[in-house]
Amino acid sequence: MTEKKNIIIITLSFLICFIFFMPRNVMAEDNKHSEIVEDIEEIEEKFDAGELIFDHILDSYDWHICTWKGKHISVYLPIIVFSEGELYCFSSRHFHHEHQYHTKNKHGDDVVFEIPSEGRYEGKVVRVMDDGTQIRPFDISITKTVCGLLISCTLLVIVFLLVAKGYRTRGFKAPKGLQALIEPLVVYVRDEIAKPNIGEKYERYLPYLLTVFFFIFFNNILGLIPFFPFGANVTGNIAVTAVIALFTFFITNFTGTKHYYEDIFNTPGVPWWLKFPLPLMPIIEVVGCFIKPVVLAIRLFANITAGHIVLLGFICMIFIVGEMSAMAGAGMSVMSLILAIFADCLEVLVAYIQAYVFTLLSAIYFGMAAKEIEN
Amino acid sequence: MELITPDFGLLFWMTIAFGIVFFVLAKFAFPVINGMLKKREEEINNALELAERTHKEMEQLQADNEQLLQQAREERVKMLNEAKQLSDKFVEDAKVKANEEKDRIIENAKEVIEHEKLAATTEIKNQIADISIKVAEKILGKALESDKEQLDYINRLLEEIEERNQIH
Repeated sequence: MTEKKNIIIITLSFLICFIFFMPRNVMAEDNKHSEIVEDIEEIEEKFDAGELIFDHILDSYDWHICTWKGKHISVYLPIIVFSEGELYCFSSRHFHHEHQYHTKNKHGDDVVFEIPSEGRYEGKVVRVMDDGTQIRPFDISITKTVCGLLISCTLLVIVFLLVAKGYRTRGFKAPKGLQALIEPLVVYVRDEIAKPNIGEKYERYLPYLLTVFFFIFFNNILGLIPFFPFGANVTGNIAVTAVIALFTFFITNFTGTKHYYEDIFNTPGVPWWLKFPLPLMPIIEVVGCFIKPVVLAIRLFANITAGHIVLLGFICMIFIVGEMSAMAGAGMSVMSLILAIFADCLEVLVAYIQAYVFTLLSAIYFGMAAKEIEN
Repeated sequence: MELITPDFGLLFWMTIAFGIVFFVLAKFAFPVINGMLKKREEEINNALELAERTHKEMEQLQADNEQLLQQAREERVKMLNEAKQLSDKFVEDAKVKANEEKDRIIENAKEVIEHEKLAATTEIKNQIADISIKVAEKILGKALESDKEQLDYINRLLEEIEERNQIH
């Protein structure tokens, strides 16, 4: 019975997500933030693999689902910007029809927003001033990546609350269903990552390590599902990885013991002339503190982005060759598909490995921070 | 360039989303999961220890049982032996007693027989004497009147009887 209930809950949450993005053309008004609009524009330009790939990798204000009979089908996401102390909230659909969005501020003056197709702010919402200059407003729009992020976060929370409920109701009984799926990973993170690298105080850091592991793992895996509402390149975005790395950085340095800071500023076992008069070692150590999270962020971002690029590259090969000759394209599709399947399998592995590596390195940093002076 | 420039809006949303996820999971999910896992592990450890202990106790018990059984067997053999000895003794005693009884009875019987025989002999002697006296009376009544020869003869007879009695 509970299993059925779980499935219903998950399905319902997905439905809610879908309803949120459902087409509302009939009652389309300015305050509608998201809708699916079938674009009438004919697509006749040549196939550009680079553009397609970067369109997927980079963030955007709408979520392109597919192109059907020359029409783009996408979900238009809400744009939220602060400009001159005022909040503007509108659908990105406006940019698709008119390329500019006109509205009025509280003083009754015209305010114009635009997404320039070139220049410094290419692809970003800017406010066009009266004299034609572009000003980038404070932009907290729900972009494709944010949307994907929110979906995976919702899923993550639902899954873990269900698992927690499973533990509460089932007690000491053997795990079942979702619980049995998650438990080995939880135990793995605890026994193989947290315990050996942090030591006695591992329990303090365990919730964070588990959150990081499952957050990255969920987003990596969901990013590999090619259908809406998944497939957003969340962990392949430097901002996302940077935030997790910053969390690790702050936790490491805020929970650091006296011993940890002594290691940084007065590294033992190092000749005195490396510390005085020029504090070479302390400088290196302090810089190292900041480099660690940067490396964490870049590693995850680069791995996932590269994986997506390789996968899309294999798929694009079909169309590149297909443009030259239909027969060659058909032949290529078999090759490409085999390569893409291989790359996909590899990506599933990478999805896990990157989650593991990020968690492991975080645990190692926490271990350094939590280390007490040995007698 | 856009690829490696963190977008502010995304940083903002990511911080909020990740913060909320971290908060919710760390408050409502992981304590339950980790606590339960830990408790379950302890439970399993306890159960294993208990099983180990029980196993040892069982072995001890079995050894004890074996020893008890061995003792009981020895006891039984001993008891059987004792019982046999006792019964043998009984039989022996009974035999001795029976023999004694038999001897006694035989002795008694002999005595009685002797007694009876003596009584009978005496009786017979008396009767014979009586009869003899009567016969003698009869004979004597006639012959004593007759001659001296006969008187001698009677005397001689009497003597003979006397002798015979003495021999007996």
